[in-house]
Amino acid sequence: MNQIVPATTKQGSHEIISTEDHEEFVTMFIEGQMFGIPVLMVQDVLGPQKITRIPLAPPEVAGSLNLRGRIVTAIDVRLRLRLPSRKEDTGDAMSVVVDMRGELYSLRVDSVGEVLSLPAAKFERNPPTLDPLWREFSTGIYRLENKLLVVLDVPRLLDFTKSEAV
Amino acid sequence: MDDLLSEFLTETGESLSTLDVELVKLEQNPEPKILSNIFRLVHTIKGTCGFLGLPRLETVAHAGENVLGKFRDGELSVTPEAVTLILACLDRIKMILSHIEATEAEPEGNDKDLIAQLNAAAEGKFQAASPAVPEPEPVVVAAPIPEPVPEAAPEPEAPPTVAATAPEPSHEPSHAAAVPVAQSSVPALTTQTPTEVPKESAVAAQTIRVNVELLENLMTLVSELVLTRNQLLQMVRGNDDSEFATPLQRLSHITTDLQEGVMKTRMQPIGNAWAKLPRIVRDLSVEMNKKIDLQMIGAETELDRQVLELIKDPLTHMVRNSADHGLEPTSERRLIGKPEIGKIVLNAYHEGGHIIIEIADDGRGLNIARIRQKVLAGGLATESELEQMSDQQVAQYIFRAGFSTAEKVTSVSGRGVGMDVVRTNIEKIGGTIELKTQQGKGTSFIIKIPLTLAIVSALIVECAGERFAIPQISVLELVRTTANSEHGIEVINNAPVLRLRDRLLPLVSLRTLLRLGGGAEERTETFIVVTQVGAYTFGIIVDRVFDTEEIVVKPVAPILRHISMFSGNTILGDGSVIMILDPNGIAGSTGEIVGGSQATAEASAARDLHAEDRQSLLVFRAGGNDLKGVPLALVARLEEIEVGQIEHSHGKPVVQYRGKLMPLVTIDGSFDVKTEGRQPVLVFADRDRSMGLVVDEIVDIVEERLRVELSVDQPGLIGTAVVSGKATDIIDAGFYLTQAWGDWFGSPDQEFQGEAEGKRILLVDDSPFFRNLLTPLLSVAGYEVISVDSADKALSLRESGDNFDAIISDIEMPGMNGFDFAQAVRAEGRWVKIPMVALSSHATEKDFERGREVGFTDYVAKFDRDALLQTLAQSLSAKGAA
Repeated sequence: MNQIVPATTKQGSHEIISTEDHEEFVTMFIEGQMFGIPVLMVQDVLGPQKITRIPLAPPEVAGSLNLRGRIVTAIDVRLRLRLPSRKEDTGDAMSVVVDMRGELYSLRVDSVGEVLSLPAAKFERNPPTLDPLWREFSTGIYRLENKLLVVLDVPRLLDFTKSEAV
Repeated sequence: MDDLLSEFLTETGESLSTLDVELVKLEQNPEPKILSNIFRLVHTIKGTCGFLGLPRLETVAHAGENVLGKFRDGELSVTPEAVTLILACLDRIKMILSHIEATEAEPEGNDKDLIAQLNAAAEGKFQAASPAVPEPEPVVVAAPIPEPVPEAAPEPEAPPTVAATAPEPSHEPSHAAAVPVAQSSVPALTTQTPTEVPKESAVAAQTIRVNVELLENLMTLVSELVLTRNQLLQMVRGNDDSEFATPLQRLSHITTDLQEGVMKTRMQPIGNAWAKLPRIVRDLSVEMNKKIDLQMIGAETELDRQVLELIKDPLTHMVRNSADHGLEPTSERRLIGKPEIGKIVLNAYHEGGHIIIEIADDGRGLNIARIRQKVLAGGLATESELEQMSDQQVAQYIFRAGFSTAEKVTSVSGRGVGMDVVRTNIEKIGGTIELKTQQGKGTSFIIKIPLTLAIVSALIVECAGERFAIPQISVLELVRTTANSEHGIEVINNAPVLRLRDRLLPLVSLRTLLRLGGGAEERTETFIVVTQVGAYTFGIIVDRVFDTEEIVVKPVAPILRHISMFSGNTILGDGSVIMILDPNGIAGSTGEIVGGSQATAEASAARDLHAEDRQSLLVFRAGGNDLKGVPLALVARLEEIEVGQIEHSHGKPVVQYRGKLMPLVTIDGSFDVKTEGRQPVLVFADRDRSMGLVVDEIVDIVEERLRVELSVDQPGLIGTAVVSGKATDIIDAGFYLTQAWGDWFGSPDQEFQGEAEGKRILLVDDSPFFRNLLTPLLSVAGYEVISVDSADKALSLRESGDNFDAIISDIEMPGMNGFDFAQAVRAEGRWVKIPMVALSSHATEKDFERGREVGFTDYVAKFDRDALLQTLAQSLSAKGAA
């Protein structure tokens, strides 16, 4: 039970595994760093999309796109985390679509990984040395075998009212 | 069957099923919210059947409503017995309804027994009447079966379906939750279904009620279909002989029709919601013995179905209120000299991204005194608070729950159910309601509903490779300009303008406005979208113009709401997302404040009145973000100077200009010009000298009537004026002239100073602008200035014995003009010898002649500050010598 189970490959089993002490995350990568979002928040995973730029919008807002007739606001998670923007847009960026209070947002990342079911025992609060901005956007860290997974706090990540003052 | 009646039946049927559920909920949990919902539903049923001429139904509903009213006011507590009684009342209503549906008439008989029970309950004699509680059962069960059912539906079949369908799913949970509830509601249910069986077979078949969400989904799917169709068309395009071409053509047509059809399901003219009103008003006018003229304007204005549903009831309530409370009885109207026929006007129209619905009556207006009393009595505000409030503020209390000023509760209205519900419903869809009332003149409500759900026609434009939609409603025309066409864009100091039919149209570049960048490339042609917002017309420069398209405006994500340039976004037929530009926001960003239509109308009226007082003012920014202005007549030229050309002499910046050195002055003394590029400069010329005032940016040239508020003694400022709705500092050009020249050549003012000391000057000018401009200038020069706005006032000063050392008078004045004034002065009295200086914008030789003839000592062109001071000094010294 202490193993990390790639839930996508075991369709039948993950209902049993994801009991109280396990939570499932969609993993994604930016600059090699692994991030996770609770799987229940995720609506879709998208490949490269045609995005309409929105002039005058905050720089983190990459634009908006059409997802089956709904308008989705694309957020560049890189810029949101104050990481440098990608040097050249290779056009293979992937996005994770989340629903926030009825509005859809797509979080643009470098790549999206598999779905992991993680035991609560491996969860830890943010180390105090973490960049305050990252601490703000992260609920905590999972210790994986050979890397660390930062759990993104999606509501905070999409709360632009606070960060504008910064 | 009458449309109205069938709609009533459908609607009431729905309300009744809601009521059953709500009542059961209420019994378990007597929350005021549930109660007021129940109350409203019963009230609506009662109200509507009153107008449809169904007296039996109305009396039953009225009695039921009375009991509910007691619940709401807390006079009765919600007990299972009471709920049973209400349910019995509903059952009776259903019974009567089913009969109406079958025969279009109310059944024979009366409901005395039930009404007696209800009334007894309302009076609180509930316990005493408790033996009557089991009675509803026999009454209810007995009533429907002998009368309507045999003729409406085959009896043997009805009960089994009842047992099989209705009670089980809906009532099992309540069984478990509260046993007594279930018991009391079961008999009610058994009677409900037999009446519903025939109903569904008859009326409900004509229309189907569909969940709006389902329509939304359908809409989304259709959009997807359109997208796919477009992709297919793209693939087939180019090879005409494809075997897919014909079927694809058909698919394309069908898709288009489907899309239109689905779109149509969402939109309805507002007239649909109004259809009932004429009849309601007619019946009311008969009942209340009032003559009422209902005018409906803009019935074709299309509204989203969902929005329409939500405002339908409020509108009905409000019209009913206007007819009942608002309009006076005919006799009263006759007495106070109003036209006998009272007017109720409904007006719907689109305005600036909103749908506006106005409901106005010309009745007596709200009784403010009465509202004040009610507010006090109800403890909603203290006496002192009330005293602080204006009548309009007090009037807003009618939107509070349970607030009614009607002296007595009539069957029409006056239970206070109306306005709070109206407001809640409107706010639910993001709208606002405004109230204006005037004692004796009438009341008007203005409902403003956002257009976010509505479909608009939009022009698609492109700028810097991005596409945008502009609502067609604000587009006046399109102008194409090429590098060598007669319609060329001209630039006044970076501010682009276009000559369009003898008018100068201010332009905004979408590229600059939205900071799209990439503006360097020269385009061979550009397009200008001439846009109107209120009374303000301007042009938006775009790169290309595409077609118009019908779009459904969707609100932008919350994180983008602060960008005022966009009113929403939408998905185009080809599947791409596009931002919708907000002409209001764009106009706002150019510094033009656009008020409501009324405000603009008033403004233009005011402008017409004072047309002759208008001044051209150059508005600019310098030394900070504040707007600054200077009369255009003072500015000789606008120049842009290469920063590299600026030289320094004695530590002061100068520039070689037209073969001379021109000093440059900044607004705040610090010399902080751009380090590269071109520096905009206002050139003031004064005889053979000129001076450049360094500014950051030239904003606009406006022609407006100015009212300058004098400021505290801040050098360089005359005062502040409101220009295009914004506070603008009016600078004193004379101050900067002395700044530039005074240091080098000695202040020209000094030579006049001695003469000026303590001298009294009378300034006669009808224009407040000039009075405000000249008074401080003259004061600064040491004169004591008295200013009046007409020659008559000046002459009355003479009568009252005032004495002056000199008179400065305008020539063009309403009433007595300057020439006549001079003649009057010279003709007689104590002012005969006082030097008079004429001031006019028409400084021709002929005018000079005429001025001298009538007695002016000298003649000075307006705005020539130095000449004025010099002339004054000369005239005064000449007088002193004489």
